[in-house]
Amino acid sequence: MLELIDVSLKRDNKEILDKINLKLDEEKFYVITGPNGSGKSSLAKIIMGIEKPTEGKIIFNGIDITDKSITERSKLGISFAFQQPVNFKGLTVYDLLEIAIDKEITKKEACDILSKVGMCALNYIDREVNTTLSGGELKRIEIATVIAKNPKLAIFDEPEAGIDLWSFQNLISVFKQLEKDNKGITLVISHQEKILNIADQIILLENGKIKKIGSKNVMLDIILKKESCCKEVNICE
Amino acid sequence: MNKDILANIIDNDIKKVDAYNIRENGKSVAWKNNPYINIIPKKDGQGIDVYVKENTLFGIVDIPVIITDSGLKEVVYNDFYIGKNANIIIVSGCGIHNNGKHESIHDGIHRFFLEENSKVKYIEKHYGDGTGKKKFNPITEINMQKGSSMIMETSQIKGVDNTIRITKATLLDDTTLTINEKLLTNSNQSAKTDFEINLDGYNASCHVTSRSVATDNSYQEFKSNIVGNNKSFAHVACDAIIKDKASVKAIPEIYANDIDANLIHEAAIGKIAGAQLIKLMSLGLTSSEAEETIIKGFLK
Ligand SMILES: Nc1ncnc2c1ncn2[C@@H]1O[C@H](COP(=O)(O)OP(=O)(O)OP(=O)(O)O)[C@@H](O)[C@H]1O
Ligand SMILES: [Mg+2]
Repeated sequence: MLELIDVSLKRDNKEILDKINLKLDEEKFYVITGPNGSGKSSLAKIIMGIEKPTEGKIIFNGIDITDKSITERSKLGISFAFQQPVNFKGLTVYDLLEIAIDKEITKKEACDILSKVGMCALNYIDREVNTTLSGGELKRIEIATVIAKNPKLAIFDEPEAGIDLWSFQNLISVFKQLEKDNKGITLVISHQEKILNIADQIILLENGKIKKIGSKNVMLDIILKKESCCKEVNICE
Repeated sequence: MNKDILANIIDNDIKKVDAYNIRENGKSVAWKNNPYINIIPKKDGQGIDVYVKENTLFGIVDIPVIITDSGLKEVVYNDFYIGKNANIIIVSGCGIHNNGKHESIHDGIHRFFLEENSKVKYIEKHYGDGTGKKKFNPITEINMQKGSSMIMETSQIKGVDNTIRITKATLLDDTTLTINEKLLTNSNQSAKTDFEINLDGYNASCHVTSRSVATDNSYQEFKSNIVGNNKSFAHVACDAIIKDKASVKAIPEIYANDIDANLIHEAAIGKIAGAQLIKLMSLGLTSSEAEETIIKGFLK
């Protein structure tokens, strides 16, 4: 279980996250959604340890991880696919997967992981993880590094961004499988109705606050209604 | 012969190559020729002439230099004549072991003459160990006739106090020159590299990639001057990671003398990107393991 207690994040006198209280259970699929800039990525970074909360506590499976480093959290089974994948000059796709798995792997094992994210592995395994890869390819590799870790808590920040429709369907089944296999928590940040649709719980974030949490049925109504209402509002008013 | 040093500068099995010449402490100590590749010592002993016959296919030549006498200072002239259509790999390299008080210096002046349609891959490694001062000042001159191509790979990972590397090339029609440089300096070392490439021929092209890491108090300077005198292409990429109190200077110069010359220079100097460290840490590495992995990959 992951528990956030009164977690706040302040930057430049701005409250990016404001007293977030959240409990996430095993074998559940959570989706965080909300407007751009509402604090979704910041929340994910706080859970991974990339940002330190200005206030509050984070408890993961009974351990207070508030002051634990990124590395320590990774070793406890938390894993995070970045919204913007990182480029590495000189590290190949294979290198990254091997680091993720933390033991020597065969090319075949690396290929198997890549094919989960819909990549024809042999063409990619020795490629450098740099900008000669397309945006969608980088995104899939990013997702693959998290899948490779078999995490207890897998966080994906807008995994669908840049991924084509066909692969998107497969991705959804990969997420479901991952959750089942690892008996872990899956936390996906997304704006996509299709991903919202497979959520056990949807968390709506607005202005750094949790506006509402609930089951898919209740939340989809609220969120979709809101979208249609907002289309008529002039943003500059 | 010092086998340990040899292993640090030559990757292949010297006994199995087509031709070789081992220079140790200022003298040739072992050599081998074959019908296609002829290595002839210069009259004054300060170097060799290597003749590769026309149409030689996949020849391999090793010409390592080893210095273990502290205080030895030498200037060595090696000339390579590569015949038409020949295809050859030349593995060079110099290792200095110096535990003495005096500085050891190896200045290698290498001149390449590539005849039409010949292909050369030239690999050069610098290696140094011991507490005494070690210096290398290589000069490489490359003359490329029509249709020839050359790949030059150089690496110097720590161990050398001072280096000034000068590389000059003249490219005629339809030639391609690819240079990959790897460099890591630490403590108070300094390394300067200077490329001067003239793209004189129609469709001449060159690709220079320099990747370097400067740590501690070391200093590096990367200078390149590419001149496009014809319809030609050049891409120069200088990438440096700095750490600690190190400094790196990049001086790019590209000069297009022809409306169809297309010359690109990219230079990036900076510390390791925070996002790279964070990503690897999120995969379970400690911050120092992450740093090591990034540097190792960068210089691979
Ligand atoms: N280091 C920082 N310093 C100042 N402001 C920051 C910092 N990091 C994030 N912010 C701000 O905090 C807010 C939340 O950012 P965050 O990236 O968490 O949003 P998000 O919900 O993930 O948005 P998106 O849907 O666009 O990805 C934004 O207004 C952003 O500009
Ligand atoms: Mg975001």
